[in-house]
Amino acid sequence: MSTLTITPTMTPSLNRMFRFQWEKAQDCFVLLFPEGMVKLNGGAGEIMQLIDGQKNVQEIIDVLHAKFPDAGNLATDVNEFITTAIEKKWLYHD
Amino acid sequence: MTSQAVTEALKKDTKTLVGPPLWLLAELTYDCPLHCPYCSNPTQLSETKNELTTEQWQKVFSEARDMGAVQLGFSGGEPLLRKDLEALVKQARDLGFYTNLITSGIGLTEKRIAKLKKAGLDHIQISFQGADPELNDAIAGRGNAYQQKFNMAKSVKAQGYPMVLNFVLSKQNLDQIEAIMRLSCELEADYVELATAQYYGWAYENRDHLLPSREQLVEAERIVNEFRDQQDGRGPHFIFVTPDYFETRPKACMNGWGSTFLTVTPDGSALPCHSAKMLPLTFPNVKDKSINDIWQQDFSFDYFRGDDWMPQPCKGCDEKEKDFGGCRCQAFMMTGDMHKTDPVCSKSEDHHLIQEAIASATSPSNPIVMRVNQKAMKHAENTQLNITRIKI
Repeated sequence: MSTLTITPTMTPSLNRMFRFQWEKAQDCFVLLFPEGMVKLNGGAGEIMQLIDGQKNVQEIIDVLHAKFPDAGNLATDVNEFITTAIEKKWLYHD
Repeated sequence: MTSQAVTEALKKDTKTLVGPPLWLLAELTYDCPLHCPYCSNPTQLSETKNELTTEQWQKVFSEARDMGAVQLGFSGGEPLLRKDLEALVKQARDLGFYTNLITSGIGLTEKRIAKLKKAGLDHIQISFQGADPELNDAIAGRGNAYQQKFNMAKSVKAQGYPMVLNFVLSKQNLDQIEAIMRLSCELEADYVELATAQYYGWAYENRDHLLPSREQLVEAERIVNEFRDQQDGRGPHFIFVTPDYFETRPKACMNGWGSTFLTVTPDGSALPCHSAKMLPLTFPNVKDKSINDIWQQDFSFDYFRGDDWMPQPCKGCDEKEKDFGGCRCQAFMMTGDMHKTDPVCSKSEDHHLIQEAIASATSPSNPIVMRVNQKAMKHAENTQLNITRIKI
């Protein structure tokens, strides 16, 4: 398999196999799929909320910087999460 | 209150502080158009007139969701036989459940697949009995079943659902494993369960006809691994489940009693697993108690939580947190005592029963028993056994 490189203009979208929602009882965002559930940590939940098949990676990073101005450079975190999510087939990319 | 009583009370409290029943299995009806001899339904089925009403099911879903249940399986029998399935799916989806339909595919039409989609159904799982019409329909005990399943699987994918295919494997179809995997690719399944039958209900009665030999399993596993290697990350995700009879440690049944799973049977019995009704415990009914009371308070749900109940060798075993002593139903069926260590464990004094079952399956002495439905059962002459015998 070739190594995946995330570029700023890449637009990720949710694999329709998965459903993304807030779970009150778990106090976190989750991904639901046939007979299973992935619990997302806070950062992953923030990124996933912005993935709508419209925004590209740079736009997602910009929104997060505006929302968390003190968080420093978030590009690495976003790229890492999106790489993992694509490898796990939670996300597709164009 | 004496100090000992306080300690006991505290202990009890700690024990009952359990997480929510994340996985709710709604067995809507035991009625089924198929007659699979591996069926895990009880061999003594209750009548359809005792089934929960739409409103009663909706109350169950609402209460379970409030507690944090998130996966909901519509199962049976054949859940499509319930005319209110769409209404139940809609309510469950509106509550935020991930909704799974677990079906034989019989009774499904393109129109109904679309109606269920509109109601909010998330996923469909279709069972197959074999990779060709001849064997599939012989095991299912119904003509044209294979063609119907094939057509509906195509339609499920065409209408945009995630699809799981479930092949229950036994010595009758294990030699078809490669064809089964090719069929799964052709049907564009997302997940495929290659699950050897577990021996409960009808399957326990038919164990000698189902349980494969070790050689057959080793060969099947080799083929599965070879096939996976050629996939290169494409196509269905195959999950191969071998029978626990060939293991030396028991399965972590239901992820631990009363920890994750809640099954509600067609007549409203609430169970920690779909087979538990066979055990000498009194289980609550959703008609009498709320899901919260059942999960948090009921004696039967608390009975095998923790390790207070465990006998040796489980109690002193450093793997007890891993397998929770195995399956209570299996211990009960094989030894007559639901507290005993699952005989699958090589440390169990009853492990020889497993060895004997494997040996017995090499030369079955009784004919295979096909599952019968309720209508047929009413007319069955042998009311005591409620079974008919059909040779396949």
